[in-house]
Amino acid sequence: MNIIGRRRTFLAISGVLVAMGIIALLVRGLNLGVDFTGGSLLRLRFERPVTAGDVAGVLTGSELADMNLRKAVIQPIRGTNDVQVRAQVGGRPLNDEQVDRVVSALSQKMGQVSVVESQMVEGVIGRELLGRALMALVISCVGIVIYVSARFEFRFAVAAILALIHDTIVVLGAFAIMGRQVNSPFIAAVLTIIGYSINDTIVIFDKIRENLRLRKKETLEELTNKSILQTLTRSLNTVITTLLAVVALFIFGGASIRDFSLALIIGLTTGTYSSIFIASPIWLEWRMWDRARQKRQAAAVRAKQPGPAKAR
Amino acid sequence: MRPGTVWRLLGIAVLAIACALAIYKLPMNLGLDLRGGTRMVLEARDTDTVKADEDAVARAKEVIERRVNQLGVAEPVIYRQGAKRIVVELAGVKDPQRAREIIGRTAQLEFKDEQGNVIMTGSDLKNAAAGPDEYGRAAVHFELSAEGAKKFEKATRENIGRPISIYLDKELLSAPVVQSVIKDKGQITGIGSMDRAKDLSMMLRAGALPVPLDVLHSEVLEPILGKESIDQSKIAAIIGGGLVVIFMLAVYRLPGVMADIALGVYALIIMAVLASLHAVLTLPGIAGLILSVGMAVDANVIIFERIKEEMRGGKRLRAAIEAGFTRAFGCILDSNVTTLITAGVLYIYGTGAVRGFAVTLGLGILASMFTAIVVTRILITTVVDRNPERYAKYFGA
Repeated sequence: MNIIGRRRTFLAISGVLVAMGIIALLVRGLNLGVDFTGGSLLRLRFERPVTAGDVAGVLTGSELADMNLRKAVIQPIRGTNDVQVRAQVGGRPLNDEQVDRVVSALSQKMGQVSVVESQMVEGVIGRELLGRALMALVISCVGIVIYVSARFEFRFAVAAILALIHDTIVVLGAFAIMGRQVNSPFIAAVLTIIGYSINDTIVIFDKIRENLRLRKKETLEELTNKSILQTLTRSLNTVITTLLAVVALFIFGGASIRDFSLALIIGLTTGTYSSIFIASPIWLEWRMWDRARQKRQAAAVRAKQPGPAKAR
Repeated sequence: MRPGTVWRLLGIAVLAIACALAIYKLPMNLGLDLRGGTRMVLEARDTDTVKADEDAVARAKEVIERRVNQLGVAEPVIYRQGAKRIVVELAGVKDPQRAREIIGRTAQLEFKDEQGNVIMTGSDLKNAAAGPDEYGRAAVHFELSAEGAKKFEKATRENIGRPISIYLDKELLSAPVVQSVIKDKGQITGIGSMDRAKDLSMMLRAGALPVPLDVLHSEVLEPILGKESIDQSKIAAIIGGGLVVIFMLAVYRLPGVMADIALGVYALIIMAVLASLHAVLTLPGIAGLILSVGMAVDANVIIFERIKEEMRGGKRLRAAIEAGFTRAFGCILDSNVTTLITAGVLYIYGTGAVRGFAVTLGLGILASMFTAIVVTRILITTVVDRNPERYAKYFGA
């Protein structure tokens, strides 16, 4: 199997994927939950038990269409007839008039409704979570670059980070395209994917490093391809076992963790793909480019100094 | 079996039993996202007189702990976040309004004379209880500390026939006219309902907050693992775990059995460590666990593939196993250290959910390295040493 021979194709595919992801993120944007955007937190009391679906039906109905409450998070509170609704209109909490409209729309369909509590939720906590997670990621990338540069070489470090960014963009882009809501567990899923991606990549690099030490007369392409194939069984077996656990979570784990496990499924798949088809080719291209440049420079030096060259 | 091997196997067994006992004895704390309840984020605010410094926030947290204990909530989780924030998680509490009223109120009680001089404060109280006054109105009956009694005796003696005003957080509750000298007992009226009197006495017993706290955020979380969902997730975990075990068996045969046992030991270790650290398991925490399970499997897979490779290279089984473990170590170390770096940084800089993730991931990686490198190795060498030639074929070379 010649993976390295087709590396340009894989790099191009990934380039398209990443571009699509970025476009999706820019055009559609992430469907940020109230955790991050802030909004209103209403506690509504009904006369009889209602389901989240009933409430959602009214909130997304034609009467309230202009408020665009599709993103509202509706939680019936067990043991009561209360429902907690987290919602925002244009990234802002609902004003009194909007709350009144929601209440009257609900009461038309579902009988007497009262607002037990209305609270403004600032997105501070969620944004802080996000901000600090991002900062932590940047710092850990620096840490990884230092460690990998020390144990391997700088080019490996950068290739691993690029593969990691690739995976993150693909998952974020997929969620943007599907319009799935982004909440705190999603952040954890993305972090999991990043952890997996880097781990997976390093195992292949370890093989390349080892083969470089034992290198005989093979070309760099051959060596890289051999290393990928030697670790291929391991890459696939590991991702299959991990996916088995996550898919079980997706199918049997209930609706509440479906988005979470979906993010993991997408991320583990692209994480494995990028380790095999992206990280090593990036490293290879870079190393070959460096070698070619060094040769050119050496040739240029020799050309400029004909004297000593002849004397030798 | 050689004596050394017996001891090693015994060591693994003892470790596994100790972990199982720890899991059995220590309850696993489920996070609020998993079991539902009220979460509040409070932020200390500076006032003209008091700065919300380290000491003030630490004392505020203690006061909140006392108040929550008075509320009688089982296993409350109260922790600080950053310099000025306190997070309160009350499992099962579904009335955030009352919780907010009781926890977030400063409850600074002040007794003032006509000139506005503070005679004494809530901290001079020894005890407080709600009950009706002589007219049946809601009131708080209080007892004073020795210090407070002295102050109050002096003040009531000097103010006979004049009112003493009682303020709660600058709000005037009542201004009774002093009839006689009062030493160590008294009552506060003008509270309104008996419920409010109960809450107030509770707050007075727990003490006032040293600085005012703003409620940044409060909400009721419905459990992700609700009644039916908990069963579902258990099924999911069992099926997922079962599939992993079967896959390892199918692909790696004999070493797969050893890896499965090692994974069992890994699961025991990580759960025991989390339980003994009183870690709170949240959904992001479970994500960290899944990832570390993946890496535990990975470490085993790397080792087995390595052993196969060594055998293909012409080594006999015993030598291939030795070389396989030695060579695989570098690879497992490098790949796990990079992930550990991420976990460490996320733990240091992350908040809330991200931290929970970092804890389980970091501990999970350490446990997975230990089980793959130590436990799997002991198990495999024990089995193989009985008859190396016979077992060679099971390693799939």
